[in-house]
Amino acid sequence: MPAIIQVEHLSKRFNDINAVDDLSFSVEQGDVYGFLGQNGAGKSTTIRMLLTLVRPSAGSIRVFGNELSSHRAAILRQVGAVIERPDLYKYLSAYDNLALFARMSGIKAKKDFLLEQLRMVGLEDRAFSKVKTFSQGMKQRLGIAVALVHDPKLIILDEPSNGLDPQGIADMRNLVIRLSRDRGKTILVSSHLLSEVELMANRMLILHKGKKVVEGLVSELLDPSRSVVHVETDNDEAIRTKLLQTKWSRFLQPGGNGIQLAMSKHEVPALVSDLVGMGAGIRRVDPAHSLEDYFLSLTTQPGHVDAAAN
Amino acid sequence: MKRSFLWCLAALTVSPLIPRAQTVQQLVEKVKAKIDQVKDYTATGRMKTNVSFLKVPVANVVIYFRKPDQLKIKNEKGISFVPRGAVSINLNNVLSNGAYTVLDAGKDKVNGIAVQVVKLLPVDDNAEVVLSTLYIDEARLVILKSRTTTRDNGSYELEMSYGNYVNYGLPDKILFSFNTKEYKLPKGITFDFDDGAPPPKETAGGKGKKGRAEISIRSYTINKGLSGDVFK
Amino acid sequence: MWTLLQIELYKIFRKPRTYIAFGAIAAFILLIQLALLVNGKQYLQFVLGFLDDSFEIPYDKINNGYWICFAILNLLLIHVPILVALVAGDIVSGEANMGTLRLLVSKPISRTQLLLAKFLAAVAYVIVLLTWMALIALGLSIALFGTGDVVVAKAMELHQIEQHDVLWRYFAAFGFAALALVVVASLSLLLSTVSENSIGPIVATVCIIIVCTLISEMQIPLYDKYLKPYLFTTYMLGWKGFFYIGVDDDGQTIRGSVQNASAIFKCIGVLVAYVIGFVTASVLLFRKKDILS
Repeated sequence: MPAIIQVEHLSKRFNDINAVDDLSFSVEQGDVYGFLGQNGAGKSTTIRMLLTLVRPSAGSIRVFGNELSSHRAAILRQVGAVIERPDLYKYLSAYDNLALFARMSGIKAKKDFLLEQLRMVGLEDRAFSKVKTFSQGMKQRLGIAVALVHDPKLIILDEPSNGLDPQGIADMRNLVIRLSRDRGKTILVSSHLLSEVELMANRMLILHKGKKVVEGLVSELLDPSRSVVHVETDNDEAIRTKLLQTKWSRFLQPGGNGIQLAMSKHEVPALVSDLVGMGAGIRRVDPAHSLEDYFLSLTTQPGHVDAAAN
Repeated sequence: MKRSFLWCLAALTVSPLIPRAQTVQQLVEKVKAKIDQVKDYTATGRMKTNVSFLKVPVANVVIYFRKPDQLKIKNEKGISFVPRGAVSINLNNVLSNGAYTVLDAGKDKVNGIAVQVVKLLPVDDNAEVVLSTLYIDEARLVILKSRTTTRDNGSYELEMSYGNYVNYGLPDKILFSFNTKEYKLPKGITFDFDDGAPPPKETAGGKGKKGRAEISIRSYTINKGLSGDVFK
Repeated sequence: MWTLLQIELYKIFRKPRTYIAFGAIAAFILLIQLALLVNGKQYLQFVLGFLDDSFEIPYDKINNGYWICFAILNLLLIHVPILVALVAGDIVSGEANMGTLRLLVSKPISRTQLLLAKFLAAVAYVIVLLTWMALIALGLSIALFGTGDVVVAKAMELHQIEQHDVLWRYFAAFGFAALALVVVASLSLLLSTVSENSIGPIVATVCIIIVCTLISEMQIPLYDKYLKPYLFTTYMLGWKGFFYIGVDDDGQTIRGSVQNASAIFKCIGVLVAYVIGFVTASVLLFRKKDILS
């Protein structure tokens, strides 16, 4: 069975800024896929490319096994999305907004069905109130109803917790979990909060300055028995190149000073032995950081502003 | 002053012709007597207006006349721009009050018909009409052509042809020439669409423009009485 | 496409802003009608009074419903582009500004179809607006003042059109005005496509129209030769061509004719070309546009 989303070597440049740089990842059927990164990491730009809002500069996107650019309409018919803020027509009621987007998604929904959708997101009492009178949380819920009204197979939620109070964030999280567990939806959810992704997602990708830092199962990536080992040698660049040709290459992490490897502490002696074998002049080996601390440091640094977020 | 001078000049010029002037006077009286038979009339006809700046349709008009000098041209259905001087198509207002001096201006031909040319000078120095020249068909006792010079409104020219109503001295066809003012409106008011049509032709000699109106009478209803309301 | 058009029209006519134009037109026309009901003769004397010495002018007859409609169109049509820009300038950028554009474009509809639906909705709005205008300017004027011959005062000429020859000219004129306003709508659409806020395209459309109209009307030989033939505003007054009646060799008007039909057809051709140009450019830009709002 093909991946629901298969992205390969995707890049997007805005003038001289690389918003997304050679990004590859895949989302499988039934995944709640966490897309993690600080503001400006390239999450929104990637999501907009998945929704054909932004044209990629390079790379390919396949969704449901088909090339997105050539099967756009068929693919988007199976996709529901909330992109950043849940902006809707303020001068229309919740019901009218839902009916309008249902038609645009190609379905002719009956009134009872639409009211049922609004009931599911707790807006049945305000179905005929104009959206301009709604709180941020209500708009977010209506946005979810709009994203789900045509019963899509793939749901893309870009920062769904933004602007919500703690209760709203919890409700959103529960909704995502229910959609995955009870209705078998594949969900791609972006966030700048590791804690959020950790609670919702089974797999995740960390994006930093447009590049993939790591992709994998949340349970493995955040395994407390694993840590980031920090190594400093007399020639980090040369040693890093040598490590890439060994079994240690899969543990190598980008960024920071020296060389970072995400691995179990138990394997540190073997690593040191191999480094010596490579002729490295070892100055320091420090297995102090947990993985979570390391990812946290990547997702909370002040970074460049995501062009798509502006 | 100027008019007195003209008077003297006219008197000197015509003095050798005094015996003939009596004849001319009589001719005018005969013409007048013929016209005087008509106390009122209502005529229907068509008026064709030829003025360079006026693009108007041929109009069905009704002409109302009542003695001594009431005349009205009306377009019962649509709009007609009736030239002010058209009232002079009624020669009664020239001839009826009799306060004029008749001068013989010789013989001439109008459209091949021999005519006696007569000049009428009003006695009243302040009269609107300064000078009228009549071209009279002596055989039928009708005026074929007239030229009227007014104090304020330039000069008018009339040419008339007669048919069924010649016994009343009423023409079937009247060709009326007159002067109009220059027509020009600011483009800021009109916001014209430039459709590439050439502008109306300017007449030589500057500001004044010549206009013509041609009235063809279909029928007259004569001396059946007419209410004064139609002239309001 | 029909569904998309319905949705776009639904959005336009549910927006309070849309009705500003209808209100403004009604208020303006009613004010003119009231003024001409009370002071129609004085107004006509102001325009045509200088001819009083030469002609008896039947002011009361001229001040009829047909003529009043012409006077209204003469005064009003030059300003209606602003009202069209108010809606058409908002049609894409308003959604970008509101944030709904990204949701709209991520729906399974091609961008070309989406933009064409928006364009057709703007066309429909123009038609509804002009129908509304015709109802009040023509219908109500006839009800209040009756019908009669129309006298059209040009800068150098006075044209009179007989009563029974008028109505078709109004249908033609409103049709032409619709086309002229569709040019404005498509210009607004183009500007709206490249903008992220609604005010920009609306103001830009109005500015372009003001500048082009000034150049079209200024009568400066340099501009007349090199600029005027290429400006769409030059051709927008073409509706008046239907009220310039043709004359025969004898100088008499010919019923059912226009003075220069080919000039009107040229205008129509140029305006259609502008519409095609603006809409094509809008579609091309919109298809390539990254939706970053």
